[in-house]
Amino acid sequence: MVRQIAFAVTLLITLGVFAFTINRLISYFRFTKASFPVRDLGKRFRVMLEVAIGQTKIFRHPVMGFFHALVFWGFCVIAFGSIEMVIDGLSGAERSLRVLGGFHDFIMASGDIFALLVTISILIFLSRRLFVHVKRFEGIEMKKKSHQDANLALSMILLLMISLLGMNAAYVQMQTDAGEPIYGVYPVGAALSVLLAGLSPQGLHLAHEVFWWAHILLIFAFANILPYSKHFHVFMSVPNTFLTRLEPLGKLTNMDDITREVKLMLDPETAFSAPAAETPVGRFGVKDVEDVSWKNYFDSLSCTECGRCTAVCPANTTGKMLSPRKIFMDLRARMKEKGPGLVKNGREFSDNRSLLRDYISEAELWACTTCNACAQECPVNINHPTLIVDMRRYLVMEESSAPGGLKTMFSNIENNGAPWQYSPEDRLLWAENLEIKVS
Amino acid sequence: MESKIISVPVMADLFARGEKPEFLFWVGCAGAYDDRYRKVTRAFTKILTHLNISYAVLGKEETCTGDPARRAGNEMLYQMQALQIIDTLTRYDVKKIITICPHCFNIFRNEYPDLGGHYEVTNYVQFLDQYIENGSLKVDDTLFGNTRITYHDPCYLGRGNDIYAEPRSILKRLTRDFVELERNKSFSYCCGAGGAQMFKEAEEGKKEVFIERTEEVLRSKAGIVATACPFCMTMLTDGLKYKNSEEVKNLDIAELIVQVMDL
Repeated sequence: MVRQIAFAVTLLITLGVFAFTINRLISYFRFTKASFPVRDLGKRFRVMLEVAIGQTKIFRHPVMGFFHALVFWGFCVIAFGSIEMVIDGLSGAERSLRVLGGFHDFIMASGDIFALLVTISILIFLSRRLFVHVKRFEGIEMKKKSHQDANLALSMILLLMISLLGMNAAYVQMQTDAGEPIYGVYPVGAALSVLLAGLSPQGLHLAHEVFWWAHILLIFAFANILPYSKHFHVFMSVPNTFLTRLEPLGKLTNMDDITREVKLMLDPETAFSAPAAETPVGRFGVKDVEDVSWKNYFDSLSCTECGRCTAVCPANTTGKMLSPRKIFMDLRARMKEKGPGLVKNGREFSDNRSLLRDYISEAELWACTTCNACAQECPVNINHPTLIVDMRRYLVMEESSAPGGLKTMFSNIENNGAPWQYSPEDRLLWAENLEIKVS
Repeated sequence: MESKIISVPVMADLFARGEKPEFLFWVGCAGAYDDRYRKVTRAFTKILTHLNISYAVLGKEETCTGDPARRAGNEMLYQMQALQIIDTLTRYDVKKIITICPHCFNIFRNEYPDLGGHYEVTNYVQFLDQYIENGSLKVDDTLFGNTRITYHDPCYLGRGNDIYAEPRSILKRLTRDFVELERNKSFSYCCGAGGAQMFKEAEEGKKEVFIERTEEVLRSKAGIVATACPFCMTMLTDGLKYKNSEEVKNLDIAELIVQVMDL
């Protein structure tokens, strides 16, 4: 009974802290702008199955992708066992989901085998981070905290797997020695149980208790550390793929405020008859976090800083300032900085800083070729170029700020309808003296 | 063999005669003004004529779609261009558009619908592939069979609109030695001109994007690098010049077809 109460209290604390953290993150979403409406649920579900569950984009790097997929699929299976542990902890029962019979056996066996596969994968990931120089893990945005975050997450997963395998091994040996039935199938646990063969029944019971509590407490701690680290993608990536921007990568989002203004300009007659805009026209484009869409912020929380976007960016790979990963890390950091003030003082709150310039420089924004390599590569379907263009929109339309060449291009289009200074009269010169051979 | 002068049909003239073509051929600014890319426009026009396609161009009524302005952040200028163009196209009752420039293709296909401009938009590479597949355009490997040809994916055909198969299907009919670049299809590497970079100085860095891509082209040991975008053509042609490798030819898919068919 004491054990059950202790467990219930621990669980309540875990859920309480988690709810507090999530509630604060959700409160920041109030200050973001509308994005696309979430329709086409069937299509979204398919994208989620493919990209998140099927790990299709992770596999664009086949070798490391394979090990990541093992970790992801392992987590899905092992989570089932964690649910059983919570039920056991509250009820005082042991292996309570055994009522599911063969399915329970299958899931337990999968979890047991995956625990070993995940351990191997995590050891590979950790060695890569500690002993190999991987270019995409470096960059101006990759501060000490990023590396610590990554190593902490990997170490915790490693401990989670070791405690799980220890628990399974102790369980198998304990039941075998006592002549009791083993619920579930544990091939790896059984193999490891020989290591515990010499222990007394009390020793085995203690070992099982220690592994059991270590595993569940690590899960509880991990769940509450995640939202404060880049590894929050454990929770965010699956929903983020469901909330994928479904339009072709080449398409930018229309600014309806501008459409209203341009229509008035092109047809002044309607200026007096057109109804006034329903909402006051705010700032054009993105200067700070309250200008981004909820989807941009969701993207930023889903980023795990893998750097696959930056590794394929033509600007970054030729030494320019732009790093698509940095754009979203900056957005997340800026929201963390300004969010509390917004919650406290409302939308008008200013701390005399902004996402633009204090975090993201103009040189970064102007280096983008909108080639969409970053968005194509992102394993959780973050869309970087639309945010970059939104920030350019602020620069151009609110500050009339753009590199000289672009200003010339704008005035050429305005004056002669082409980005270069050629006369519309010359539009058909290409067609002169055009002949085709006929036989 | 005799020659026949092509007189390119202009929408306003046809309209005045009460005629309506099936397609609007959208030439684009590069196709109309850029010395090098005019040759591509001429090549594709020969193919349209050869196929006896019912088409017309806007000629002096054509104006920039607003793509470079939009990608540079000038939404206001983009929408002014777009709404004027939609107005013109409505006046001529345009239903189907063929473009050569992938940027014009992308904006007509994906972005004009948001402003009320709905058209059936075909990129010339899709169009060419379709007419080769149905046997109307007869191409073979007699001219380029032994020439190694590679293909640079324009971002706005490839990743932007998932057009990967058609250009490859065409090129593989022209040569027995088609090779992929190291980074190809959805992994392709930009030429460096997109997102309005064409019109500005590159930001400070260690290298030019087009040099990086040109070096990849040279590593493929291809004799011809085929492209399907005016900006990619400018960048790669410059890159080959810069690398003193002008023995490698940068040609558009439409030009290759015209050469093979001897039009």
